[in-house]
Amino acid sequence: MNQDRREFLARSGKLLLLTGAAQVAFEAVLRGEPEAAPNYRTTDHWWAMTIDVEKCIGCGNCVRACKEENDVPREPFYFRTWVERYHVPEGDIEHPEVDSPNGGYDGFPEKYRSGDGSKSFFVPKLCNQCAHSPCVQVCPVGATFESPDGVVLVDKTYCLGCRYCVQACPYGCRFIDPRSETVDKCSLCYHRITRGLTTACCETCPTAARVLGDLKNPKDPIHEFLRAHKVQVLKPQMATGSKTYYNGLDGSVR
Amino acid sequence: MSVLFGHKEHLVRMAALFGVGVVAFLVLQALLVPKGFGVYGHYRAGALEENRARPVAFAGRAACVECHSDVPEAMKGGRHEGVRCEACHGPLAAHAGDPAEKQAVRPDSRVLCARCHAANVARPARFPQVDLVEHAGKEACTGCHKAHNPLAPAPAGQPGAIDTGGTK
Repeated sequence: MNQDRREFLARSGKLLLLTGAAQVAFEAVLRGEPEAAPNYRTTDHWWAMTIDVEKCIGCGNCVRACKEENDVPREPFYFRTWVERYHVPEGDIEHPEVDSPNGGYDGFPEKYRSGDGSKSFFVPKLCNQCAHSPCVQVCPVGATFESPDGVVLVDKTYCLGCRYCVQACPYGCRFIDPRSETVDKCSLCYHRITRGLTTACCETCPTAARVLGDLKNPKDPIHEFLRAHKVQVLKPQMATGSKTYYNGLDGSVR
Repeated sequence: MSVLFGHKEHLVRMAALFGVGVVAFLVLQALLVPKGFGVYGHYRAGALEENRARPVAFAGRAACVECHSDVPEAMKGGRHEGVRCEACHGPLAAHAGDPAEKQAVRPDSRVLCARCHAANVARPARFPQVDLVEHAGKEACTGCHKAHNPLAPAPAGQPGAIDTGGTK
């Protein structure tokens, strides 16, 4: 009798707290993994990236590696990651000169001189893996989404190619793949990081300017990096919940 | 009361129509909503698996040193110790899978080294960089520097004791 009552209370409590939809979601959370994903639990990870602008040498390794790894069209203007060169006249952070020849794929031919008070530096860019992505919010069919482990992914078989998300991304990180006419973007090398590898760009960055981090892993060095440095995200005023943290980011960077 | 049930036939017809509507909705929903949609959120759960199910091009350092264990030894303590294999040698997952199928190519040092070390004002000032022509003329970088440990003393019989000053 006593046992019955406890069971009844537990069940009705769950029903009260979790209405239909929420209960389905909660069960998925408890299960914690997409089907057929034996060793990787999406709920155990929350991916992020740190980029140290002061370490970037503009070699373009990340751009080349990304295109190689992810079969990105080789023509210019299709990039999952690219590197920008900023040239800021002395004190005039409102008017930087920005160039990115072929996204940095072939490196950066020298075109500035030092000694005139100006400064130049490289800024690698990629999808910021926002936790509140504008691109996800505008997708009319649910073909782009924030995965349970914090990566913004594209469902290529479900994308209509309507281009809303391309316009919605404040960071210009999306493009339409001319071969499939569907959207493509940085997936944070989801096929690699879920197998225990790092992203192709981090693997090939010679100065470790970009480092993949798992915010849910207490032993990940990303925590020490975020503590030890004054970091910033791009366009914080957009409240996108960006998880790409920049160290040494100049105010001129847009 | 009698007013309400006086038109029983209307009520039955309305209920039947409603029932047909519900069934039509459920059938259409089952047909149109893709499998797995809504399991984790407003997207197909299967898309996660599809994003994962792709081959890798870069094997990762751990796979390289399984066979090439002598290289980390050569890099130890050198300036290139933190540089991972495929940063210079390119994507070699195919080679790691079957060494006979794909061989690594030795990169041209004049091109490869210049990508990082050619002088450029946008590079951090403390990063070692040189004017290639001024520094080495037409010589290959590997004539003096060992790629895996660039500032190590030159082996006997090779030119150039390398000046280690002024690179920090």
